[in-house]
Amino acid sequence: MPRKLRVLIAKPGLDGHDRGAKVIARALRDAGFEVIYTGLRQTPEMIAEAALQEDVDAVGLSILSGAHMALVPRILEILQEQGQQSVPVLLGGIIPDEDIPRLNKAGVAAIFGPGTNTHAVVEAFHEAIHPARDGE
Amino acid sequence: MTSDPKSLAESVLAGDRLALARLLTLIENEVSEGLEALNLLYPSTGDAHLIGITGAPGTGKSTLVNRLTHFLRNKPQPKDVQAPHHSPRVAIVAVDPSSPFTGGAILGDRIRMRDLAGDAGVFIRSMASRGAVGGLAKATASVVEGLDAAGFNSILIETVGAGQAEVEIARTAHTTVVISAPGLGDEVQAIKAGILEIADVLVVNKADLPGADNTLRVLRSALKLGYPEKYDSKVEEKDTADGSTWVPPILSTVATSGEGIPDLAQVLEDHRHYLEISSEGHRREREHLRFRLNQLLRDHLIARFVEENPDGRYEELFERVLARELEPRKAIRLLVQGETE
Repeated sequence: MPRKLRVLIAKPGLDGHDRGAKVIARALRDAGFEVIYTGLRQTPEMIAEAALQEDVDAVGLSILSGAHMALVPRILEILQEQGQQSVPVLLGGIIPDEDIPRLNKAGVAAIFGPGTNTHAVVEAFHEAIHPARDGE
Repeated sequence: MTSDPKSLAESVLAGDRLALARLLTLIENEVSEGLEALNLLYPSTGDAHLIGITGAPGTGKSTLVNRLTHFLRNKPQPKDVQAPHHSPRVAIVAVDPSSPFTGGAILGDRIRMRDLAGDAGVFIRSMASRGAVGGLAKATASVVEGLDAAGFNSILIETVGAGQAEVEIARTAHTTVVISAPGLGDEVQAIKAGILEIADVLVVNKADLPGADNTLRVLRSALKLGYPEKYDSKVEEKDTADGSTWVPPILSTVATSGEGIPDLAQVLEDHRHYLEISSEGHRREREHLRFRLNQLLRDHLIARFVEENPDGRYEELFERVLARELEPRKAIRLLVQGETE
């Protein structure tokens, strides 16, 4: 049996719209993932700390506030500081096209805009998670 | 990341949080490297106070765990203590159900625990039940051992929202807290069935809501049968302060505001003390470990049997039981003892 995959779905920043995050959390659960859902208004520090304690295989962020260029690099930075640079970070929300190359360059594994099919998101999580993390 | 069990165990003992998180994953997935590290760590376990928190869904378990942990971490220390006093380090293991259909899970207990973010003396781990039905996951006891070895003083184990037969927690925790709340209809009826018997402490949470008095009264009358000297006003109260017996107290809390939490913390400490000075703590320890060994033995024997008998005989007998040709016990005798029909 394949190893159970654990992912963190988090909403950094101040926007209060968590419907997208919840839809993705459910889709991942239905695909057999164990989804740790942390709720609204998380700071980058809180997200990175949860990713560490839960030892997740990937982190999914939902940002609709426009603050992604501040929040995402900060989260990647803390993950790296705590030795979790190999944990892929995926991003969904309202992300202008011109920001995408910079976010990818900063290390974001995949970016999804509004209307993305949930199957595509699940597939992207599977692809981003290195299958041989522990040689299991 | 691969590391050998010895260095993994050493990192955990040295307080490396990432190593601890990795260890817990390896234990949960029954990876041999993690189980070997746990074997090395086992002599360092046994010091933590294991506190089980159980109760029906929606009674406020996560919110109460959040408040209680916050209180334990921040309570004012007595001034007359000479030695420098450290707040207890607290770990939380929160179990949520896995979907029986997809095996996936949404683990949402952290939503209620945001007050604890940024506190290096707190470690929260969510676990999916992965098909286990007793309110905990199969690996919960081992994960708790890992946290115990890492030096946490109190470990709060929050079960799946339960109400009747999910009593596994009482075989894992030292002190079991059963939470109830007003306005859940027949929930107190359900609580009477099995879960009341495992309670060392009863909490009526959401005590500010209408109906809380009623919930309190029903719990009191349920306890009256077992402990008339405390809960029946017609019976004279015996002095139990010498620690010889423990009568489960009923506390009222409002976890969202923190009301009643200091009292709960005190009662938990009292119960821990009671287990230390009475024979009950020792008795429980023996019972818990025996149960655990038996469970592991059972798993191991089944796994070994299947491994050593790959001849398809099991499947053959299974099909015959399915077709109602064989009674299940007879099938086992045929399988294990080589008995003939």
